[in-house]
Amino acid sequence: MKINIFKNVILSALFLTVFNIGFASETKEAGDDEKFDPKEMIMHHVKDAHEFHIIDWNGKPISLSLPIILWTDNGLITFMSSEFHHDDAGQEVVEKNGDKFVKFHEKIYQLNDGASTATFDDEYHVTNASKPLDFSITRNVFMMWVSVAVLLLIFIGSARSYKKSKNGVPTGIAAFTEPLVVFVRDEIARPMIGEHKYKRYMPYLLTVFFFIWINNIFGLIPIINGANLSGNIAFTFVLALFTFIITTVSGNKNYWKHIFWMPGVPVPIKIFLIPIELIGVFTKPISLMIRLFANITAGHIIILALMSLIFIFKTWTVAPISVAFSLFITVIEIVVTAIQAYIFTILSALYFGMATEEEH
Amino acid sequence: MDLVTPGFGLVFWSIITFLCLLFILRKFAWKPILGAVSDREEGIKDALASAEKAKLEMQNLHADNERILQEARAEREAMLKDARDMKNKIVTDAKDEAQVQANKMIEQAQAAIQSEKKAAMAELKSHVASLSIEIAEKVVRNELSNKDKQLKLVEDMLGEATLN
Amino acid sequence: MTITGIAAIGAGLAAIGAGIGIGKIGGSAMEAMARQPEMHGKIQSSALILAAFVEAVALFGVVVALLQG
Repeated sequence: MKINIFKNVILSALFLTVFNIGFASETKEAGDDEKFDPKEMIMHHVKDAHEFHIIDWNGKPISLSLPIILWTDNGLITFMSSEFHHDDAGQEVVEKNGDKFVKFHEKIYQLNDGASTATFDDEYHVTNASKPLDFSITRNVFMMWVSVAVLLLIFIGSARSYKKSKNGVPTGIAAFTEPLVVFVRDEIARPMIGEHKYKRYMPYLLTVFFFIWINNIFGLIPIINGANLSGNIAFTFVLALFTFIITTVSGNKNYWKHIFWMPGVPVPIKIFLIPIELIGVFTKPISLMIRLFANITAGHIIILALMSLIFIFKTWTVAPISVAFSLFITVIEIVVTAIQAYIFTILSALYFGMATEEEH
Repeated sequence: MDLVTPGFGLVFWSIITFLCLLFILRKFAWKPILGAVSDREEGIKDALASAEKAKLEMQNLHADNERILQEARAEREAMLKDARDMKNKIVTDAKDEAQVQANKMIEQAQAAIQSEKKAAMAELKSHVASLSIEIAEKVVRNELSNKDKQLKLVEDMLGEATLN
Repeated sequence: MTITGIAAIGAGLAAIGAGIGIGKIGGSAMEAMARQPEMHGKIQSSALILAAFVEAVALFGVVVALLQG
């Protein structure tokens, strides 16, 4: 059984690696005349984008066009990202409701009145435009919804299978999901929060665990590799924000007492500890946010960087080494998808447990 | 720098999506799944407890059975013992009675023998007397011729034939 | 040296610190597991959590480096 799992991991890692080569090479072909820039390629894949770029075919990009939603001074403006014709250099101007928009490095700029093209300064900042509030359905948002759909399918499906089965024995997909749910309950919630209070936090912990995990996994799948949702700081910020809010709201008297008037130490140290504890309240969720973001992003960067070695050295001889290393890192990343989801969940549970701990 | 500044749009959509996901999953997935799991666990716990109880009951029953069996065995033992005692008693009684009877019979027999003996003796005595009278008669008849001698002879003979 | 280069050195230093820290945690966890194999699960999960805490400090460094880079 164990060997089987290991084999599956290796095989899927191999599969992912092969596609990653395709990714790197395709980016290289796209800019054949220019020098291959690994940093740009990597950043392009790690960051968010306004269209879902799948593959380049015969020099033409095949991509899924996603809607762009902007909140400007004149109200809501929506159009499809295909109107930019895959331009990301601020050349293509789209005019809607009398406003002109350009896309430059995956950011939408609204040109100032009277300007017809975007102008740039020496450091490639757009000089004659402002940034409207961008509510676009980017590829990360799109992938998030795909992952939500998958999660709903899996878990509502498994909840249904309990109704179908007699005496509550898990059947079908529930046989797979139940051990995971029980793991979150028995290994994360119960020991961290305590037997009496853990039930309240179970929905949040379960949702966070599976949401992070599935998005970590989706981030590793090559075709949609660009959708690095759990490696995007906005996403981790939101999750950490929820943990922070729940911790703060459910904090009891004992919790606040430990922050503002630490029991059991002399008064000068009590006063000295107040700012430290207060900072601690905020660094906890911030470290949650940074940890998930940096781990996942670093994983993607390393895999792509190892792949880029082939194109940096422009020889096939480094390919085996590059592929072997990339395979190794991909195997580790597959493990990391679960570990980071686990760590985020268990630390959230730990903070909830600290907030609800009774005086003893 | 771009990498570590959260994009506003993604934050917005993440919040909305996450909240929706949380509420939908809580209502339609976590509640039924956790409910089913804890129901089953309760069920297993109950089943284990009742099995334990049944086992205890069985043990009690077993002990009862054992006790009843023991009692029955003791009773049987007692009955057997009684019977044996009774048998022994009957046998000894019979033996005693027989002995007594036998003794009595022996005594009677002895008494009868004694009386017979007495009778026989008496008869014998009378016989002897008559015999001796006859003898005496004969002797007398014989000796009458020689009167002195004869008388002396009778006297001698009678003196010799002292009875008992 | 450009600011990016300095940032890269900073990230490297952060990685050294985290490496030492996580190495110590891992070593001690292994030792503890060898001593008490029956506590294997508990030691493993606490080691993971502690590693996450150490790692977070290093990742702060990395993020600062990213801010400069």
